[in-house]
Amino acid sequence: MSSTSPYDYSGTFRERSRVSVEAPAMRSAIAVAVDNQAVGREAGYTSLVDHQGLREVAARIRDHNLSHLDRHLERLTETWEAAGGEVFFASDAAEACGYVLDLAKRSEVRTAVKSKSMVTEEIGLNRAFEDAGIEPIETDLGQYIVQMAGEPPSHIVAPSIHKSQEDVTELFSRIAGTRLPNDAVALTRFARDRLRERFLTAEMGVSGVNLAVADEGTLTLVTNEGNGRMCVSMPRVHVAIMGMERVVWDFDQLAVILNLLARSNTGQKLSQYTSLVHGPRRAGEADGPEETHLVILDNGRSNILGTRYQEALRCIRCGACLNVCPVFRQAGGHAYDPVYSGPIGAVITPLLKNTQQAHELPHASTLCGACTEVCPVKIPLHDLLLYLRQDHAHEAAPLERMSYRLWSRAWATPRRFAWFRRGAALIGSVTRGRPVRRLPLPLMNRWTKGRALPPFPRKSKTER
Amino acid sequence: MGPRSAGEEDELDKVTLFPTCLVSLLFPDAARAARRVLERAGVAVEMAEDAVCCGQPAWNSGHVEEARRVAEGAVHALADGGDVVLCSGSCTTMVSHYWPELFEGTDDQQLATEVAERAHEFSSFVVDEVGVERLGPLRAVAPSAAVYHDSCHMLRGLGIKDAPRRLLAAIEGLEVRELGAQERCCGFGGTFSIRYPELSSVMADEKVDDIIGHEAAEVIGSDSGCLMQICGRAQARGVNLPGRYIAEVVAAAIDAGG
Repeated sequence: MSSTSPYDYSGTFRERSRVSVEAPAMRSAIAVAVDNQAVGREAGYTSLVDHQGLREVAARIRDHNLSHLDRHLERLTETWEAAGGEVFFASDAAEACGYVLDLAKRSEVRTAVKSKSMVTEEIGLNRAFEDAGIEPIETDLGQYIVQMAGEPPSHIVAPSIHKSQEDVTELFSRIAGTRLPNDAVALTRFARDRLRERFLTAEMGVSGVNLAVADEGTLTLVTNEGNGRMCVSMPRVHVAIMGMERVVWDFDQLAVILNLLARSNTGQKLSQYTSLVHGPRRAGEADGPEETHLVILDNGRSNILGTRYQEALRCIRCGACLNVCPVFRQAGGHAYDPVYSGPIGAVITPLLKNTQQAHELPHASTLCGACTEVCPVKIPLHDLLLYLRQDHAHEAAPLERMSYRLWSRAWATPRRFAWFRRGAALIGSVTRGRPVRRLPLPLMNRWTKGRALPPFPRKSKTER
Repeated sequence: MGPRSAGEEDELDKVTLFPTCLVSLLFPDAARAARRVLERAGVAVEMAEDAVCCGQPAWNSGHVEEARRVAEGAVHALADGGDVVLCSGSCTTMVSHYWPELFEGTDDQQLATEVAERAHEFSSFVVDEVGVERLGPLRAVAPSAAVYHDSCHMLRGLGIKDAPRRLLAAIEGLEVRELGAQERCCGFGGTFSIRYPELSSVMADEKVDDIIGHEAAEVIGSDSGCLMQICGRAQARGVNLPGRYIAEVVAAAIDAGG
């Protein structure tokens, strides 16, 4: 099995989004899933006494965590070590992977079971494991599906959201070598049976961290399948990897965030399993890992601190902004960067990754603001997208830059603008007030790729 | 702020109407209708055609300098006088929300901020400042059902949701139906529609289908850009879905109301 993606990330967002645009079945699978979540989310919010007030509190808590991040991480290190765990600060992906691989070699690991973790996608851990001859096994059902399909996840919470049940039936039947029924229970049982033996034999368990609680030395894992707690309790070694910003101070703060996290995604008051992990097995305990390692990853995050983008680090990865985004809905997650997709992905990817492709992502938004409206920690996502466009405007194609320069001169005075009004009226006279299906002028021909132009006016003035 | 009483009419006697560039270029009827509605309510209207454009196309693409160059003309054209009424929710957001930022640290900062504070979206101005009752009897030309499309910047940027509905509710014989996904973006997004035409078009499809599913005779909006997107997509698919700017609907209802 390989994690090589069939998707080509070399193109532009426009090219990559075509995969989904030209696949109505995929778009409909996404729409059905996010619409279900919208219903759940509304119900989840309604059950709160003061949803908007809680968002405000959550935003302030996260700001507090970020403005005292050094103190939080220092305390987390003390408490986690006091609990018997080890801490490693990784400045980038290579350091993080290097630490995990060294540990795996020392512990003679052949198989690592993984709880779904986007930060391990960010550092390319599965590929690193494979290159070292270690087999990574994804144990979250959605993540298992995309791993089997050789694809990256297309959603930070629901990795296989772009796949219909029929797609999964096809995929699992191929793996099973026999025709499986198109039935959710049967398909889940198939995955469960295969994963059960892996949990029992794997030497290492890898997880992400939803939130670390600094003053308690406790890691919080939020899952719905119970696979997370098996990953952190059954293998001999547990490695947890977290982005450096995913920390709160105490359980009071954790309670506020947890109150919003699952509600913002599935609408659950709390996910099925919320596991609090506090170091390795202690003397006299029957189970739990012998070693627990916490990798705290920077990988570009510290560069965001203190900038106008710092609010992006409030993110608790609930996925709500993806679910409400009208662009994500049609383009699918694979049109974005292979790791973080949707509005939050379009914000943090160019901040973490300095590539031309990453810099284009902020344009993949209509700036409708639905993401900002839903965000449980009040990240002004659409404004951050706008700022990123500003920061990278100088890298725009020469034609685009020249067009805006010319445009700004042409529309700077009413006299010059009047030429355009006369031009429009001329087209109006020629087309005699009928809708214009094609107009072979630059930009206009891109409009008419899917839409007619309205009838052009025959009079050029708004005056009576 | 509620509708002003008769004694305060003087303050309202004159407004500046900023058609905005798209309306000036392609939809002059929208601005003419807005003038007609305001005048019916006893408000004198000065058409600020010279204001041209608020700078939004460049601003939303990240080209700040170009946005400022264009918006400078608008700031100065709107410098004198009182309330400025714009024939676009999106451009009102640009002026009232982003102009202070766009002109920060320039000579025009104070002026731009003043204009921003005087800027009003058309329907909210008519409902909240003028008062619908001052328009007299409003009647649909023929009884019909329509959908009102909430444009995103107006809805979420300005928080205006009720005003256009209250304005349309005053028209006898017009039924306004709410969509299943009433607040979802139509996929226009200004330059987004040109940058990603295929994606933008399938986004419009869902909106068109939702409207057709509600058996509406037309779609009414507060942004000509959104209407151009929704109706243009319908047209390209061979679906007849007319769209009108909200002031055009009200102006026609004034005429029919007698």
